[in-house]
Amino acid sequence: MSNVDLARLQFAMTSIYHFLFVPLTIGLAFLTAILQTRWHRSGDPNLRKLTRFFGNLLLINIAIGVVTGLVQEFQFGMNWSEYSRFVGDVFGAPLAMEGLAAFFLESTFLGLWLFGWDRLPKKLHLACIWLVSIGSALSALFIIAANSWMQNPVGYQINDQNGRAQLDDVVAIFTNPVFINAYLHVLFASAVTGAVMMLGVAGYQIRKGNKQFLTAAKTSLVVLFPSIILAMGVGSELGVIEATYQPMKIAAAEAQWETCQPCSFSLFQIGGGNDDQDPKQIIEVPYLLSILATNSPDGQVVGLNELQAQYEQEYGPGYYVPNVFVQYWSMRLMAYTASAVALLGALGLFLWWRKKLEGARWFWGLAIIGIFTPYVMNTAGWMLTENGRQPWIVQGLMKTESAASPSVTALEIWISIIVFALVYIILGVIWASLMFRAARKPLPEDEPTAPDDKSRDDVPALTY
Amino acid sequence: MDLANVWYLIIAIFWIGFFVLEGFDLGVGVLHRFVGNDDVERRVAINTIGPFWDANEVWLIVGGAAIFAAFPAWYATMFSSLYLALVLVLVALIVRGVAFEFRGKRDSQRWRSGWSWALTISSALVPLLLGVGVGDLLVGLPIDADQNFTGTFWNLLTPYGLLTGVTLLVLCLADGAAFLALKTTDDIRERSRALAVRFGIIGLILAVLWVLYTVLGPGGPKPLALVFMVVAALGIAAGVLYQTKGRDTAAFTGTALGIGGAVAALFASLFPNVMVSSTSAANNLTVANASSGSYALTIMTVVAVIMFPIVLAYQIWNYYVFRARLQAPKELVADVPGLKRDVPDAGKDETSDRQHQ
Ligand code: HDD
Ligand code: HEM
Ligand code: HEM
Repeated sequence: MSNVDLARLQFAMTSIYHFLFVPLTIGLAFLTAILQTRWHRSGDPNLRKLTRFFGNLLLINIAIGVVTGLVQEFQFGMNWSEYSRFVGDVFGAPLAMEGLAAFFLESTFLGLWLFGWDRLPKKLHLACIWLVSIGSALSALFIIAANSWMQNPVGYQINDQNGRAQLDDVVAIFTNPVFINAYLHVLFASAVTGAVMMLGVAGYQIRKGNKQFLTAAKTSLVVLFPSIILAMGVGSELGVIEATYQPMKIAAAEAQWETCQPCSFSLFQIGGGNDDQDPKQIIEVPYLLSILATNSPDGQVVGLNELQAQYEQEYGPGYYVPNVFVQYWSMRLMAYTASAVALLGALGLFLWWRKKLEGARWFWGLAIIGIFTPYVMNTAGWMLTENGRQPWIVQGLMKTESAASPSVTALEIWISIIVFALVYIILGVIWASLMFRAARKPLPEDEPTAPDDKSRDDVPALTY
Repeated sequence: MDLANVWYLIIAIFWIGFFVLEGFDLGVGVLHRFVGNDDVERRVAINTIGPFWDANEVWLIVGGAAIFAAFPAWYATMFSSLYLALVLVLVALIVRGVAFEFRGKRDSQRWRSGWSWALTISSALVPLLLGVGVGDLLVGLPIDADQNFTGTFWNLLTPYGLLTGVTLLVLCLADGAAFLALKTTDDIRERSRALAVRFGIIGLILAVLWVLYTVLGPGGPKPLALVFMVVAALGIAAGVLYQTKGRDTAAFTGTALGIGGAVAALFASLFPNVMVSSTSAANNLTVANASSGSYALTIMTVVAVIMFPIVLAYQIWNYYVFRARLQAPKELVADVPGLKRDVPDAGKDETSDRQHQ
């Protein structure tokens, strides 16, 4: 493998890993804030217990999100120095803003929330969890703005002296249509991730007879259903946007080699991948691809072969088609799983409406299995996004092959890949074991309720 | 003053802020084992920094991201040349971060003692390695005309870098001990004070050596840097003095000033370079040749001017909220997993850690 491939492997590995935890943080912070708000309104001690229960899961998860995020921050300079030199002027700004506006907020108020139980005034303490939630959603905002710029570079100029991209319109960065839709998509995806986790854990507890979790399950259903529908809606809008800015990506996601009009959507096919342009068995839905890619039933989708010819003219000789197999299946994996989760949410609401939720053990069984689905969808979504950008690191401006650090040797990259892989595996095992323990614990019988007196100053002394 | 210089200053402030703030929590991370004789005392030591360490670490993230945004070429060259050292720093930061969160999550002596060791070692590695890295910026690394590093890992281990790293480590230990003395009571406080004096004296000696090396060697006598060096030395000396008198706040302030002064001196010596090339002075990365365009810097300045005071305000508030000294609890004992000294059977019950998320 070349150094560039190694650096890609490393980046893909660490980013996917980071993004296993991030959406759960964003989603669960939001849901925990909702539970605490409900407790604040009603004073029901059960809601306080639930807030602390899910807050505990949130904390375990954040710990890993934070430490893997550190790696992300350093990696651009370590592995992609040529890239960093080229885009830092544009790309660095959102990253720095992220730190100033989001990470400080999130980490400071997380500390205040965790150590502030029974010691901050209740309203202020409630505000803390909301600020954590806002902080985590904001960090995604800036990072997605940066990432969207790589998909569709806007608001920059190439400096003729040093050949680097320079920011010249910051508003354009944050009004980039790719950014707006991708950010919404990520937010809804995160809400889905958090809600599915809460539903599954509540399901486990309800099956064990802990009825107090029913209220958490209902809260998660109320969040889950609209979020998944909106995620799917925005997702299909993203398809239209891709067709405009990154036509190669969507054509590859459909394994559409020839231009078509109207185009049908293939639900499943064998073949038609990288070295094979004739798929064998296809199950297809007429007009659907045209609708997805252009919002109109007889819209045209330009095929890979034609795009390849266009790109060669525009950018010179080279192969501009991304890995079609990865594109095709990551798209489907995400969309099909999403449909299943939408059904799960609808089913839950239906059972609730028929007042059968509590006893529906089979539904809770499904909900527990559902915990795995967001991980599949999130990873597939990023494979689709990032793999589909290849061979570009910044669409149309810089190729991945010229972006890596020239001074870093293959041995060094190997060392770091192995070290991070080992550390991440250990972290993953610890994360899973702690999450399982925490999720299976029953709620405490009686929580010492909060006398707001200073004699409890000693409590935080043993929080960690 | 032109914006690139302003951003050099801002970045220096982030790094000074990082070493001053994270400095004491790194110190506490190393020392918690040694000032605490049993698990409760160790937990108390860790919890003195509980509400703060995560936000302190963000200073490093912002310091790094600000370099990326304001001086992309500096970010690119520095991070790719320090490659393996940074891998180690990252592993140390990862281990440290999870050690805090996970140490108390299971009731087992081995679990906690394992995480304690992990916390001690990783907390010591971070200032040591970062110190070597920033020392190298000043003493110079082999960098060619394309601003690429041409050396290997061994080139990073310069004597000057190593001295900088060791000095910073010891100063962090002194600062951590001073912080513990300020935030605890009884035995832990006494032990911390003793350690603060000891590390303060060693730190002072190292700092003086480091100052001499800097001035006679890579830094040269730069007036501003000299001022900071004097501040640093006086700060550490005052820290030791006040510590022996039992004046915790003054002692901590002095030691913190010592770290801040030392890092400020380093940045003052480095200017107007950001990274020296040992191959040829013509290849030095400078504030002028590594910076972003003026539009990007203007935007960033606006953002920093708005955000920075807000961030400072809520961080200060955070320290204010948790200003009280921590004391090992006397009555809640039965509730605390692993807390075995007063109630023989405490901690067996699975549900008992509800107090401590
Ligand atoms: C719970 C998570 C989840 C769910 C239910 C969906 N997605 Fe998704 N999708 C993601 C999680 C995700 C993601 C991981 O968050 C991505 C990666 C990059 C991004 O912006 O969001 C993504 C990216 C992404 C992209 C690529 C965007 C780009 O290249 O910039 C498209 C076209 C879609 N999605 C389309 C869909 C469709 C049609 C869905 C439903 C039928 C769908 N997504 C459901
Ligand atoms: C701001 C956010 C992100 C940025 C700036 C970014 C940037 C990059 C860069 C520089 C590479 C390496 C070069 C390349 O192969 O194109 C890459 C590859 C990759 N990234 Fe991202 N990434 C981001 C977020 C993510 C996330 C969150 C994930 C996953 C969950 C992800 C998944 C991948 C994958 C799978 C690859 C490898 C693609 C391939 O080489 O085929 N990325 N990305
Ligand atoms: C590849 C580029 C990325 C970089 C450089 C990066 C950087 C970081 C850093 C440094 C942290 C630790 C912050 C702390 O200490 O508090 C972090 C955590 C976080 N990141 Fe990332 N990140 C990347 C990708 C993403 C993506 C794609 C998202 C969201 C869509 C995201 C969302 C978050 C969130 C919400 C946190 C808070 C901690 C947590 O939620 O677990 N990051 N990230």
